[in-house]
Amino acid sequence: MTGLLIKNAYVIDPLNGIRGEVMDIAVRDGWIVESVQDGAEVIDAKGCLTLPGGIDSHTHICGTKVNFGRYMMPEDMRAGRTQRRGVMHSTSGYSVPTTYGNSYRYCAMGYTSVLEGAMAPLEARHTHEEFAATPLQDTMANTLFDGNWPVMEAVRDHDVKRAAAIVAWTLAAVKGFAIKLTNPGGSECWGWGKNVKCIRETVPYFEVSPAEIIEILVRANELLRLPHSVHLHCNNLGVPGNYQCTIGSMDLAPDLNPDRQSLYLTHVQFHAYGGTSWKDICSKAEPVACAVNQRPQITIDMGQMMFGKTTTMTADGPMEFNLYRLHHNKWSNHDVELETTAGIIPVYYSRTSVVNCVMWAIGLELALMVRNPWQCLLATDNPNGGPFIKYPEIIALLMSRRYREEELQNLAPGTMSRITLPALDRELDWHDIAVMTRAGQARALGIRSIGKGHLGPGAEADIAIYPLRVDETDPSRQYRDVIRAFQKTSWTVKRGRPVARDGEILVPGTNKTIWVKPKVPEEYDMGKDPEFARNFDRYYTVRMSNYPVQDLYLQRSLCMESEAQL
Amino acid sequence: MIVRDVICPFCACLCDDLDVHVEEGRVTGVDNACDLGSHKFMTDHRMEGPVRRTASGWQDIPLEEAIRETAELLQAAERPLLYGWSGTCGEAQSAGVHLAERVGGIIDATTSVCHGPSILAIQEVGHPGCTLGQVKNRADVVVYWGCNPQHAHPRHLSRYTTYTDGFFVKNAFKERRLILADIRGTDSTNVADEVVRLQPGGDYAVLGALRAIVRGKGDVVPPEVAGVSREQLFRIADLCKKARYGAFFFGMGLTQTAGKYKNIRNAIELVDELNRHTKWTLTPMRGHFNVYGFNEVCTWMTGYPYAVDFSRGMAFYNPGETTAVDILARKECDMCLVVASDPAAHFPAEAVEHLASIPVVQLDPFPNLTTAFARIQIPVAVSGIDAEGTAYRMDGVPLRLRKVLDRGYPDDVTILSEIARRIGEGGGA
Ligand code: SF4
Ligand SMILES: [Zn+2]
Repeated sequence: MTGLLIKNAYVIDPLNGIRGEVMDIAVRDGWIVESVQDGAEVIDAKGCLTLPGGIDSHTHICGTKVNFGRYMMPEDMRAGRTQRRGVMHSTSGYSVPTTYGNSYRYCAMGYTSVLEGAMAPLEARHTHEEFAATPLQDTMANTLFDGNWPVMEAVRDHDVKRAAAIVAWTLAAVKGFAIKLTNPGGSECWGWGKNVKCIRETVPYFEVSPAEIIEILVRANELLRLPHSVHLHCNNLGVPGNYQCTIGSMDLAPDLNPDRQSLYLTHVQFHAYGGTSWKDICSKAEPVACAVNQRPQITIDMGQMMFGKTTTMTADGPMEFNLYRLHHNKWSNHDVELETTAGIIPVYYSRTSVVNCVMWAIGLELALMVRNPWQCLLATDNPNGGPFIKYPEIIALLMSRRYREEELQNLAPGTMSRITLPALDRELDWHDIAVMTRAGQARALGIRSIGKGHLGPGAEADIAIYPLRVDETDPSRQYRDVIRAFQKTSWTVKRGRPVARDGEILVPGTNKTIWVKPKVPEEYDMGKDPEFARNFDRYYTVRMSNYPVQDLYLQRSLCMESEAQL
Repeated sequence: MIVRDVICPFCACLCDDLDVHVEEGRVTGVDNACDLGSHKFMTDHRMEGPVRRTASGWQDIPLEEAIRETAELLQAAERPLLYGWSGTCGEAQSAGVHLAERVGGIIDATTSVCHGPSILAIQEVGHPGCTLGQVKNRADVVVYWGCNPQHAHPRHLSRYTTYTDGFFVKNAFKERRLILADIRGTDSTNVADEVVRLQPGGDYAVLGALRAIVRGKGDVVPPEVAGVSREQLFRIADLCKKARYGAFFFGMGLTQTAGKYKNIRNAIELVDELNRHTKWTLTPMRGHFNVYGFNEVCTWMTGYPYAVDFSRGMAFYNPGETTAVDILARKECDMCLVVASDPAAHFPAEAVEHLASIPVVQLDPFPNLTTAFARIQIPVAVSGIDAEGTAYRMDGVPLRLRKVLDRGYPDDVTILSEIARRIGEGGGA
């Protein structure tokens, strides 16, 4: 591969302390280097904003429940269709696009790496098949352990090492990236149509509480030296009054890792509600943001909700059933033996609904009240709070008080007394946005070491050039220009190759999947543990030998090995 | 040699515990499979190589030529149909979808003549489902409606329901109550605790009555509904409501009889209703081993589970219009590529008549009824016996099919990719 030289780039590269400097970026063989020889392809960035490729640290784009969302909603498929053109396949879908649709749209926005938020281990092969059809991003999969029987048994026995060993075996077997807990303990209860209402409540039969599951797995995660921390979807999602449970969950994680958080709380907007019912729901973003400010070991993502049509899909089965009872729209559910569950329903977030208006405000409040942008990342829990194509609007809302004020005018009467957003003056700057959309994600996911999220020599050459001159743009006033610029890059460069220009995809692309393999001592190898194997073959409906995902499912494979401390 | 934990490529139970004995390139024995599964492994009537129909009968042709001619036929066609797919692996299905997009054709699967109505109902009201291990480990009430598992999915009862103990069901045969609803007595009804013998076409009414009772509106139910007594309906509703965990399975007796997708919608809404009282899930008894795989693959690639028309460059889906039978019956289709299925055996007469009048190319290891209409047939490896690949169980669990022996046949993926390559070279549609 010949080199590439990006000239006159206005670079913001938070991980290297660059806060806005015009410079050239040299690329060779897919990596950023000090310089390239003459003859390299040249892109003139013309002084435009140039950032490391975007990283989404929590999105739902591939796998069983995402595909079920498409399957059950031809109306959503019809709402976003494009024709086959050049190297681009035809695409369908608005809130749950087809894999190519996701890949092209993310690419046009300058996103080059994404983490699928929830993969059931038993169905991992499916997620990897869809990853392979998501050609323009590097992908990672959060792996669900919230209702994992062997893990819950280890937790009951307070055996951190065994819990770690089970996680290690499973992650390597299914080529997962991180430990995901969705409504921990609640998924097992949902197997009986029930739920847990508090982190101290116990799960029937297994006699463990959500708090114990979280505590043990946070420690197990560090024993395994995984790149990412435990990734938690707290209990009681969407329940008025849930903010206390959210703060209580934060308290379960001590500060164990100097390089990143020890616990990642996802889509916190859905977990920062006050009140006792839908009638008196109000924002509790302030105490939640304060709790984050006091705890450097916590990182969250916003889970911003944006008005309009979308689809909710989570591994939080009972919550989805409650939504179904509320809206009486179509409802799908999918429980996975010994592991987890999932639910899907379409929703419409309306400015005429006070509840929805409060939700909208909470996400923004969190981002504005968490002082350190490295601790609050930008995401919508795509598509739960809204499709990821709304990210540019969120960026503009965070950068412009005037834009927020305009939007506040349109909210349902009765909203103002329940939120604090109107009182917040803060306007985030370009650097904050660069942190919240790429650098912060690279740090939180622990993938800086493999060259993600920055533009220094040794970084993988994933680069986004936006058609925007920082020196000529006042985001506070020109927020429409900000939205337009973040919707479509001038150039997206992936692995050193230009892959999109002005939103047009230039190459077919090949997916790369990043996964982890913690190396454990022989006596902790669950593949050789007779009890584990016996129970596996007895209670699963697939044989243990048929469970692991074969290497050939990964087009390009990047395995992050670690030396577990067991 | 014994290959262990082999996945059975026959029905959508996808039993993955078969031990296959292989000697000198032949399967000599299969342990753990049912008769249907063993038979598939042991069958040996494969076609030798590609053939073309001529005025004087079948003529052997080189593979090259068969592929070239197929590519030409596909390219020349105005409205090609790529049909079948339930008997091959996901990788071939994916190649098929790409090919259909490339030639601006229509791609459809056997789904449209089996569980198509289930999908239409799911698209209206959703699907409360689960993996089969949930049923095995938890269910104390199991319903089979309009299907005969003993016959069509012989190990379903022994692997997932009646005869298998689970974690919370220590003695399944005693603890699990089995309800069977059918219009006739079958070998499956013999093992049931409660048999609902309904009149043909009565499913919708009986499901509706059960919904009413579960909702607490039982007073509207007459003394008899489609041959089922009010008393039995109340007894069943009660059993369902009192279950700790209930599992509802249904088959083509519900999808392909009077009421069609409305029946399924009623069944789903009954299960939704029951979920307000206790835990219930529902699972369609998908037939062919990888028919559900096609729905999955086609959905992530096009947005729709089956019946996708690419003639306008984008994916267009309208069952009843873009389904294979309808395209054929309207005589729109002018070329058909059949992969891993036998439409001539299952389509209505007018569709088959049209099929007989257009060029048909068939990829299939075995001769079947469709062979009689084919212009070309290319024998391929059997997915799960001499070719690897991915298959999705009826509950969505994806498994890797094994290759237990090599018979020297090319697999579907190879042939389809080669056809696509030729079309690409020709400048194509
Ligand atoms: S039940 Fe189905 S999958 Fe299992 S062995 Fe029989 S035919 Fe094969
Ligand atoms: Zn999520």
